[in-house]
Amino acid sequence: MNVLEVKNLRKSFEDNIVLNDLSLTVPDHTATVLIGASGSGKSTLLRCINLLDTIDDGSIYLDGKEISDPEINVDEVRKGLGMVFQSFNLFPHMSVLDNITLSPIRVHKVSKAQARDEAMTLLRRFDLADKADQYPDRLSGGQQQRVAIIRSIAVKPRLLLLDEVTSALDPVLVNEVLSIVRDLKADGMAMVLATHEMGFATQVADEVCFLKDGNIIERGPASQVISAPQEAETKDFLRRVHEAGRL
Amino acid sequence: MNNDSPARDDSGRALSWTPSQRELERQASRKAIGRKKALIATLSSVIVIGSLIRLIITSPGWQSVKDTFFDWSYGGEVLGAVAKGLVVNIRLTIIAAILIGIFAMILALLRTSRSAALTPFRLMATAYVDIFRGVPLLLVILLIGFGVPALRIEGLTNSVLILGTTAVVLTYSAYVAEVIRSGILSIHPSQRAAARSLGLSSSQTMRHVVLPQALKRVVPPLLNDLVALLKDTGLVSILGVTDAVRAAQIASSRTFNYTPYVTAAILFLLITIPLTRYTDRVLAKSIKRQNAQGAA
Ligand SMILES: Nc1ncnc2c1ncn2[C@@H]1O[C@H](COP(=O)(O)OP(=O)(O)OP(=O)(O)O)[C@@H](O)[C@H]1O
Ligand SMILES: [Mg+2]
Repeated sequence: MNVLEVKNLRKSFEDNIVLNDLSLTVPDHTATVLIGASGSGKSTLLRCINLLDTIDDGSIYLDGKEISDPEINVDEVRKGLGMVFQSFNLFPHMSVLDNITLSPIRVHKVSKAQARDEAMTLLRRFDLADKADQYPDRLSGGQQQRVAIIRSIAVKPRLLLLDEVTSALDPVLVNEVLSIVRDLKADGMAMVLATHEMGFATQVADEVCFLKDGNIIERGPASQVISAPQEAETKDFLRRVHEAGRL
Repeated sequence: MNNDSPARDDSGRALSWTPSQRELERQASRKAIGRKKALIATLSSVIVIGSLIRLIITSPGWQSVKDTFFDWSYGGEVLGAVAKGLVVNIRLTIIAAILIGIFAMILALLRTSRSAALTPFRLMATAYVDIFRGVPLLLVILLIGFGVPALRIEGLTNSVLILGTTAVVLTYSAYVAEVIRSGILSIHPSQRAAARSLGLSSSQTMRHVVLPQALKRVVPPLLNDLVALLKDTGLVSILGVTDAVRAAQIASSRTFNYTPYVTAAILFLLITIPLTRYTDRVLAKSIKRQNAQGAA
């Protein structure tokens, strides 16, 4: 069963064609990693899947149901999708616990007590229980991003979208965030993530997709795309990443 | 330096180390600089303010101005009446502020909503704000205060107090709506995106994520508007409401002495100055908070 199917997706901003006839399939319990140069459209793809951007052509299916249908209830679709942004986007006027329980209580109509219990369980699991009553500006970047991830999985999404969740962090903090993602992957959470961390991509990816010029130029297991790329453009990209010291 | 008690910082807490000779020198020289600055500030204030006062009280007309504007014994006589009028201003301010808050919030939400069904209301709200921000408050007070009773509609009030308050509420709601709207627009779109991606509807996003942050940001400008509102309630005196301004007017027209006006001015200042000081403090705090957030 495929959680996500993207078919012939097109998206441009004015005359800048960002996604050009792109197709992608994500089977249940698998992680798909998007790699590619800055500006290659990774964020745009994730935003289209989450219906934050409207697509120009093609279709997107979540659990076999077309969500790119304009008639669809967007709020209903998003209940099944979790998204974590590069810049955390925690709500600064709410405590960590309130950030996490907002959606379960307001959107999923879980009782307050139960939402708190579940949030505390997640916080304990990821070593953040002592931060439950803190406000986001009192947390380190890594802690903020981990809370943002917990917030997005607190609603038990079918699919988790992670957009460069480590790129705003310094190297020491990167690991604590990546280990959370590894744990979720081990739990069998289906996810699509954009990243510049090739080592991490190798660890979690069931499939790696290399984006260039609005399309996926090369795809396959990490052992192939990252370790033994076939396409010249992939090789070129990985060589430059390697030079930048991120392999 | 050889004393046995541990060194202390400025607030008297014990320091865990003994400051070096160099640090002690620095502290002494900082103190000396501070003393010098205070001396200069005092001297320049005394000179500037002193010569202004001298200029006024040595001017040829000073004696007559003093008699007509600063007749303190007469001021004390009318103080009760003016203060009673000021109570009207304060009550009017409180009632108006509540109504303005509600009305302005509705206007701001309409103007920022994107719902198709609300389009006519959005257009009306925009036109309303444009009109009432563009017409002087005094004109609105006159138009409503004299215009509405002239319509002679059955059951509609003729109370100048109510009509005057209505005019103030109508005008200020337009200003305050714009302040709230600017607060809403100042919240970064990523906050909205994060809320929507968690499945919150657009009205839930507004209520739980955008508005709480926006309102916090506009507290200082709204406090400014509150000060302005208190002063502007004095304008309803033109309709014959016996507020502080009107009370002063009555008292001074009886004796052709203007001291009651000065009395009223001082009473207004007694309220507005602490309020403005408070506003400044809130503003400073809010700037500090936003900077801290930017750094995080
Ligand atoms: N809202 C927008 N309006 C106009 N152009 C946009 C918008 N969002 C993205 N773009 C453009 O789309 C292209 C792809 O951007 P996108 O953010 O998807 O790249 P990315 O692969 O995520 O890059 P990075 O690795 O730097 O995050 C860029 O050329 C960008 O300028
Ligand atoms: Mg991006």
